[in-house]
Amino acid sequence: MLKVERLVVEHGAIRAIDGISFEVATGSLAAVIGSNGAGKTTLLRTLSGLKESKLGKVWWNGREITGMKPEDLVRRGISHVSEGKSVIPELTVKENLALGGLWRANKSELAESIEEVVTLFPRLGERMSQRADTLSGGERQMLAIGRALVSKPSLLLLDEPSLGLAPLVVEQIFATVSMLCRERGITIVLVEQNAMGALSIADKGIIINLGVIVAQGDAKELIDDPALRSAYLGY
Amino acid sequence: MLKRKSKHGGEHAKATKPANHRNPIRRRIFFFIALGWFLLLLGDRVDELRVYQGALIAIYALAIGSLILLTGYSGQISLGHGAFMAIGAYAAALTQINFAPPLIVTFIVAVLVAALSGALLGGGASRLSGPYLAGTTLALALGLPTLANQFAFLGGETGLSFDVGFPPERFGLDFTLYKWFFWIAGLATLIMLWVIQNILKSRYGRAWKAGRSNPAAASLVGLNVGRRKVLAFTVSAGVAGLAGALLGMIAIVSPSAFPLSLSFAILTGAVLAGLTSLAGTIIGGLVLVIIPDIAETISYNLGDSEAVVANLPGLITSVLLILAVILTPNGPAEQWHHHKEAKKKKELAKGH
Amino acid sequence: MQQIINTILIGISIGSIYSLMALALVLVWRSTRVVNFGQAGQAIVSTYIAWEVLNRSGSYFLAFVFAVAIGGVLGGLIESGLMRTLFKHASEGPIAAVAPVIVTLGLLGVIRAVVGLIWTNEGKSFASPVETSSFVIGDTAIPFSRLNLLIVVTAAIVMIIFSIVFQKTNLGLALRAAAYNPEIARLSGIRVSQTRTIGWVFAGAAGGVAGILVTSNDTLTPNSLDTLLVFAFTAAVIGGLESLVGAVVGGLVLGIGLSFILIYLGTSLVFPTAFIVLVLVLLIRPAGIFGVKGARSA
Repeated sequence: MLKVERLVVEHGAIRAIDGISFEVATGSLAAVIGSNGAGKTTLLRTLSGLKESKLGKVWWNGREITGMKPEDLVRRGISHVSEGKSVIPELTVKENLALGGLWRANKSELAESIEEVVTLFPRLGERMSQRADTLSGGERQMLAIGRALVSKPSLLLLDEPSLGLAPLVVEQIFATVSMLCRERGITIVLVEQNAMGALSIADKGIIINLGVIVAQGDAKELIDDPALRSAYLGY
Repeated sequence: MLKRKSKHGGEHAKATKPANHRNPIRRRIFFFIALGWFLLLLGDRVDELRVYQGALIAIYALAIGSLILLTGYSGQISLGHGAFMAIGAYAAALTQINFAPPLIVTFIVAVLVAALSGALLGGGASRLSGPYLAGTTLALALGLPTLANQFAFLGGETGLSFDVGFPPERFGLDFTLYKWFFWIAGLATLIMLWVIQNILKSRYGRAWKAGRSNPAAASLVGLNVGRRKVLAFTVSAGVAGLAGALLGMIAIVSPSAFPLSLSFAILTGAVLAGLTSLAGTIIGGLVLVIIPDIAETISYNLGDSEAVVANLPGLITSVLLILAVILTPNGPAEQWHHHKEAKKKKELAKGH
Repeated sequence: MQQIINTILIGISIGSIYSLMALALVLVWRSTRVVNFGQAGQAIVSTYIAWEVLNRSGSYFLAFVFAVAIGGVLGGLIESGLMRTLFKHASEGPIAAVAPVIVTLGLLGVIRAVVGLIWTNEGKSFASPVETSSFVIGDTAIPFSRLNLLIVVTAAIVMIIFSIVFQKTNLGLALRAAAYNPEIARLSGIRVSQTRTIGWVFAGAAGGVAGILVTSNDTLTPNSLDTLLVFAFTAAVIGGLESLVGAVVGGLVLGIGLSFILIYLGTSLVFPTAFIVLVLVLLIRPAGIFGVKGARSA
């Protein structure tokens, strides 16, 4: 279980996150919704260790992980796919995927993991030796997710995977994300501006505005709540 | 629901600050006048060496000031300001030797020639930053003096020297040549520092600062960052040229007078002064002149070996440079400021 | 015609040294976004120590090993000691842009002064391990000696080793990833601060090789590697600071070009020419031959 308690994160003099607490049950999918600048990305960056929090604590599976660095968190099974299709354009597809497993001592496992990801994303398999900057937007997103999967995470943090992608591709991405949770049991925290899409595959929804949680609860209930619908879902 | 911390709560107390930055200039003027009087009163009981060093301090302070303008304000780094000094010195020497105009004209020529070369370099450099600029100015510093060996009229290795004539008779016989040098250098430095101060406070200075911290935003607001960078380089080079001309006045103008270590020394002085603090230039100049002195004393006590004499000043300067950058990155004045701020914060926190 | 071939040969020999040093600069640049002007200082230390070893043991090979080892160790120490402290303390304010440059320069000054204090500023002669007389083919003497051959071959071997490590090994991949995008590298579990140090170790080793090769059969003084530093920087810029291949090509191009100037126009124009080349490249094609446009602002 992921447990966040009274998290406070500052950007200079501004509190980007001002006291957030929530829990995500193991093996479930939580969608974090909010408009631009609400603090969603900051939340993920703090969870994955890229940013230090000022106050508050975070636990994963009973162990406290507050303030741990990303490199160490990866070894604990936490992978973060940062916003903007986080791949390294100058490296090939295969190299990008391999990044996720370099930290492991056992190199044969690395080859195995890459194979698994390729099975999941066949399009990547076709382009293994191409440079990542020759890929389309959707393919890059798959590559980024693929790299995170190579690390064999138990908790996956996804930052706006649908951003800038065509609707058909977005559907595929959401379907894949949902599958990763349902079939592989990976706990997922999905940050999205595409509220409808995210909530429809999630178990739990967390709505953030200006650094605080405005509402949280069962995803289906949130979708059906008329007040929230008009505020955040646009209808 | 956004909470802003009251980090700047103490800001109100500082509203009266603007008056303060006129004071360092005033203080400096008094300092110089007092020093001058003191020297005059002591007459020939003051070691000529100290007067000479006084002139040197002024010259270094001026050179440091020029670098502060460039690096501290427009954020461009120059490892080669010694080259601009050399250009100014050679220009002054050539003018004085060939045309013998009034001294002030010679200096003006030096400033203009150096400023022109600054404009040339700045024009090319405006698209460079960081290490590219550093490397280019480094190459300039190393390469320019060797040009003197190429062309005979530049005097080759032995160099040129020029004469500024003797001090006017009305100052009396006690007023030696070095005192004359000191007054010229000191006056020139004061005037230029005052000019620099005003430039930095003008909209050019503010534009430079904006361009330095956020060039993208600055250009969006319509500030032509590139052109202003060139302007900064031009002015900075001109001032350095004056410092070089003054140096040429009291010493000889040759390639060996402007080695790479001169450029480094000025950079060290600028960092020590605090990259944006003009008030620190005098301190910077002082330190630069004192170091060789100290080094000599130390090496004398250590048995006076040639290796020590040659290398100790460089060692001290370089160590100082590294320490200054790490410990007081924005100058001792800023560091002191931070220290006081931190203390104040602790007090306030306790009060809660 | 013969003259031209000779000039090119000399150029290749000089150029390989530039390439090695340029390689060191690019390595550090790529892994830490810093141009290490202190590289010349590190190389001087390793060369002086190699000189001591050579004098005491008579074995050039041993001296070479020491040069590489000391260069590498020094590089690693400086990164983990000095540079990390620097990033902690001086990452804001006007100093941030120039702090790394200034510190590496200060380092150069410190090292040079210490070296001068220990070994004095007098020139030391550094023996060459192999024949330094020109090769003779038929009855023409080519101004290319066994020493030049050794230099070219050694430099080539070093570069091949580096490219294998960088392109084919996992370590190399980690190094490249950390250099291109430290954030993604960290998120992938790569310990970026370690890879940085390793980058500096490699660079230091390369610099050590360059230092000992260029000083062989020449005089060693605390300042003798200064011009090499400037030429290496120029070579790196020509090739594009981002590219290891570029560093190599840039070095050779510069070496051959300067060789022509040297033979046909005389020594005193060499330095100014290098400077003009540097400025021209930066003005006309700032990204260098192999660089990517837009990579010019640090």
